[in-house]
Amino acid sequence: MSPVVGTPVLRKEDPRLLTGEARYVDDLVIAGARYLGMVRSTEAHAEVSSIDAGPALAVPGVEAVFTGADLQDAWAAPMPCAWPVTADMKNPAHLPVAVGKACYTGDIVAVVVATSRYAAADGAEAVVVDYKPLPAVVDIEDAATDRVVIHESAGTNASYTWALVPDPDAVERAFASAVHTVQERYVQQRLIPEAMEPRGVAVVPQPIGGDLIVYSSTQIPHILKVMLAVTTGVPEHKLRVVAPAVGGGFGSKLNVYAEELIALAIARKLNVPTRWTEDRTENAVATVQGRGQIQHIELAADADGKITAVRVKLLADMGAYLQLVTPGIPLLGAFLYHGVYDVPAYSFECTGVFTNKTPTDAYRGAGRPEATYAIERAIDALAAQVGVGTDEIRRRNYIKPDQFPYASPAGLMFDSGDYEPSLDRALELIGYEGLRKEQADRRASGSTKHLGIGISTYVEMCGLAPSRVLASLNYSAGGWEAATVRLLPTGKAQVVTGATPHGQGHETSWSMLVADRLGIDIDDIEVLHSDTALSPIGMDTYGSRSLSVGGVAIEMAAQKVLDKARIIAAHQMEANEDDLEFVDGEFRVRGTPTKAMPIQAIAFEAFTAHNLPDDIEPNLSESVTYDPPNFTFPFGTHVAVVEIDEDTGHVALVDYAAVDDCGNQVNPLIVSGQLHGGIVQGVAQALWEEAVYDDEGQLRNATLIDYLVPSAAELPSFKLDHTVTPSPTNPLGVKGIGEAGTIGSTPAVMNAVVDALSPFGITDVAMPASPQRLWSLIQEAKTR
Amino acid sequence: MRVSIAVNGVATESDVEPRLLLVHYIRDVVGLTGTNVGCDTSSCGACTIHLDGESVKSCTVLAVQADGGSVTTIEGLATNGELHPMQEAFRENHGLQCGFCTPGMVMAAVSLVEEGRVTDEASVREGLEGNLCRCTGYHNIVKAVLAAAQGAKT
Amino acid sequence: MIPASFDYVRADTPDHAVQLLGEHGDDAKLLAGGHSLLPLMKLRLATPSVLVDVGRLRDLSYINDAGDHVAIGALTRHQDLELSDLLGAQVPLLRHAAGQVGDPQVRHRGTIGGSIAHGDPASDLPAVLLALRATLVAQGPNGTREIAVDDFFTGFLETALAPDELLTEIRVPKAPGAGWSFQKFNRRAQDWAIVGVACVRNGTTGIGLVNLGSTPLRAAASEQAIGSGASIEDAAAVADEGTDPPSDLNATPEYRRHLAHVLVRRALEQAGG
Repeated sequence: MSPVVGTPVLRKEDPRLLTGEARYVDDLVIAGARYLGMVRSTEAHAEVSSIDAGPALAVPGVEAVFTGADLQDAWAAPMPCAWPVTADMKNPAHLPVAVGKACYTGDIVAVVVATSRYAAADGAEAVVVDYKPLPAVVDIEDAATDRVVIHESAGTNASYTWALVPDPDAVERAFASAVHTVQERYVQQRLIPEAMEPRGVAVVPQPIGGDLIVYSSTQIPHILKVMLAVTTGVPEHKLRVVAPAVGGGFGSKLNVYAEELIALAIARKLNVPTRWTEDRTENAVATVQGRGQIQHIELAADADGKITAVRVKLLADMGAYLQLVTPGIPLLGAFLYHGVYDVPAYSFECTGVFTNKTPTDAYRGAGRPEATYAIERAIDALAAQVGVGTDEIRRRNYIKPDQFPYASPAGLMFDSGDYEPSLDRALELIGYEGLRKEQADRRASGSTKHLGIGISTYVEMCGLAPSRVLASLNYSAGGWEAATVRLLPTGKAQVVTGATPHGQGHETSWSMLVADRLGIDIDDIEVLHSDTALSPIGMDTYGSRSLSVGGVAIEMAAQKVLDKARIIAAHQMEANEDDLEFVDGEFRVRGTPTKAMPIQAIAFEAFTAHNLPDDIEPNLSESVTYDPPNFTFPFGTHVAVVEIDEDTGHVALVDYAAVDDCGNQVNPLIVSGQLHGGIVQGVAQALWEEAVYDDEGQLRNATLIDYLVPSAAELPSFKLDHTVTPSPTNPLGVKGIGEAGTIGSTPAVMNAVVDALSPFGITDVAMPASPQRLWSLIQEAKTR
Repeated sequence: MRVSIAVNGVATESDVEPRLLLVHYIRDVVGLTGTNVGCDTSSCGACTIHLDGESVKSCTVLAVQADGGSVTTIEGLATNGELHPMQEAFRENHGLQCGFCTPGMVMAAVSLVEEGRVTDEASVREGLEGNLCRCTGYHNIVKAVLAAAQGAKT
Repeated sequence: MIPASFDYVRADTPDHAVQLLGEHGDDAKLLAGGHSLLPLMKLRLATPSVLVDVGRLRDLSYINDAGDHVAIGALTRHQDLELSDLLGAQVPLLRHAAGQVGDPQVRHRGTIGGSIAHGDPASDLPAVLLALRATLVAQGPNGTREIAVDDFFTGFLETALAPDELLTEIRVPKAPGAGWSFQKFNRRAQDWAIVGVACVRNGTTGIGLVNLGSTPLRAAASEQAIGSGASIEDAAAVADEGTDPPSDLNATPEYRRHLAHVLVRRALEQAGG
């Protein structure tokens, strides 16, 4: 039996997803369920003067309408924020249904209960709400002035200021003695995550015993269960949370949402099943958004362009309230603003401010794309100043292979890395020399089709997270993951994991790990997940943690099963444990080829327990909870090639190469798939996507007509390769890859855009690089 | 209003409100939930089915408009437990991750191939312009459709 | 998103459709493929109380050689236009442009009549028909009448059709061998054009503009300039004359005017003499 880890095994999940057999929340058949319709504030900031439910109650099929006041007694606590980043952080009480005042369009002000999907929609449309509009705070810098304070109880729009300045004097000295300095201001526009499955929730009260089953389209059934208990007062052991098939999350389903709490509260109040499915247009305001930062980054460098200090100040948009991990998102990037470069002095400060907009929170990469963007754009600016190529400036500054493990200036220990080979290979894949020549030729010939080539080398910290590090960041939970591996009497295996897949192919990867460890066919392995009754302990899926934390837990549990099986095998075959070898799924007595027992037979012996050693318990079922000693630090280099039409400002992404290193790969098919999707999400930030709000705080592009999620027609295929630098911190040598593509791609594309426009003297372009924006910049440049 | 629609070769009949969307007829009345709803504006293509043999977005068709018609959904694509070659190609090329856009994507792709519109990579990319996927970056979807089209020719 | 309730009636013949429109008056809307109307109804931006479904009037789905012109039934779908050999030979601009509307699924349902009668300035086919100098045929309670396409688009989403009239046919002059070009500028393939230009050159020059005002428009100044022997460059420079471009997230009026210049130039160049 040859090992499967490292080979492109086709996914076990696919047949049910390809045939329509998979069940997402909205697919569940729930007898007697009432459909909920959310009445959302049409004003970004307003007092709610009155709510008239009468017209809604007259709609056929509408049974009840609840306002915020009606539901106030349903909450044991306000909605949770699990990351109080500072002791004095302002966290205004946030109720699932607003009482008295609405703070963003999308804030729920009333809930309609109806017998059908259509009646719920009609009812929500019919509720009459009178608003007394207040001035809306939309712009982040305006919010920071406290011209209008959104939350009276806080007294300011600033939620917190968090700083990481290990050695202030060193930073000052570096800037004082710098030959080159770069000062840049970048805007991380707000993004709408747009998981293809809108959110949904269904709550089914059990007829006897008071238990409640909550089905939710969530990345975090385990965390959600705890938070539902805390916020509704339902005892935790009375709750079972199930995430059925989940259609993508990208961080947006790493949250505890008002609708989940409302569905639970109303199911309890009325003792009926309740359900709600989000509309896409509703999703744009009701589901957390990503990014939303203004970044100031300064580099100090010597005459050769060797960076001596990085100083960063951020203003981060929290939105109207703090959701589950809102304040912590910018801080996930706080440690990475020096990127892949060996920088001795470091300073970071972030202020989070409230605005009258949808709350921000995790979105693929969460803090790390922003950090990577800033340093990777700034180093291109430095290259221009020093007068060297954008490849050369990077080579001069990379942390060198012999510096690993690398004690970073921000206080992290980078586990392993070798950055320059990824650059070399990416440049080779894209044909860098040829492209530079073509670019020069086009420029010389006066072509109006401008070629731009952009490089980005990234490193990220992922595999969230060592619990003690989380404690130091004031995060309210641990970062471990739990796993159980058990053999059933007939030799089949079950893997129980606290990781919660929503597209990542965990069932395949976990089966591969156990197949190799225990010599069992992957089709004989079942993975149980995403249901707190089947998998009671878990920390779920986000932060590229599933393999490097959850997978490692599984690997360790499988090893424990094997260790116990070895003891039983030795006993059964009357051999010494040391004389046993485990080959092709069976224990063999070295030198006695006829004496062998397959692991399936040992599973049966463990089950019957007729003949076990004295101190050995029946059954083969072992559990491990693994708390990683460190993050993992995947890295890579991405190169983007764009062509800009000077006449229209249109940008086309014409070629793209990425060389990534996530250590050992379990399933290269899944790794490349994660990269493809991640790259496109990052490219989309660069070229197409932005949640645009007007001065009144109205989202102007809530539909997928106006919010430009790209299709296949706008994109090329990608040239991928990888290097392998195993992580020394875990026995699998693996690192995360779920967010890497998004982290590497945005700066590569924007560096390419700026490179293309450099003949016009253009040195920065705001995102997204829309044709209108580029055309305007070119016009300005031409008239300068 | 009474409508009769053949769904995956099976006659179905129901009294429906005129405003009932075909996708809700398929999901809520017939009970086939493989067809998904991903948006409100005919933008994402998750709800793509075949109506009288052609790909359409079932969120933008009323059930009453499909009265007397014949619908094929993702559930009707596999035969005798065997995946349709397009489904098989998606699997072999890792053309899906979360799977939510997949039924619509597959139905759109089958229609493209059946109409003979798949000639090269560009034709696939253009042909899938009305189907959004947030997971795969389309790279492997395009590969899958090209592979299935190649298979259909040989 | 779910449409508000409405009554639904199905027309069996064009006469029946006209009769139903007469009965229900202003509250009624015609439903053909539904791909302009239903999205608006789902967002509840349109709430007609009666839909008159003309989608089954199969007799109005045809592309016929009618001597000096091609006659196209109003219920002919974009897909049928895109695959028509007759159009390919006689009016290739229309055949090509039909293949640029929406996406394949939309083209399987959407009809030329629906698109024209909706009168959306951002739609492709109205501008194409303006360039081609098409004639539209409408049927009302008192019979049929012809409307020159130049007289058809009267305001934002408003047309010369009376509330009880049904668009039945589109007549497009044959122009085999004419030079043509269709320039559609957008950020995503599936989107409406930010600006589009349809151009046909066959002795005279016809240029239609997409999304440059409250109605589909002709680039009359450019057409005249070319007619008087101006260079392509000079003709393109007046492409935005008489337009009133909208402002939205994708483009300011100024940028749209600029795009009109660029795209008209490209269209004239591609269409050739």
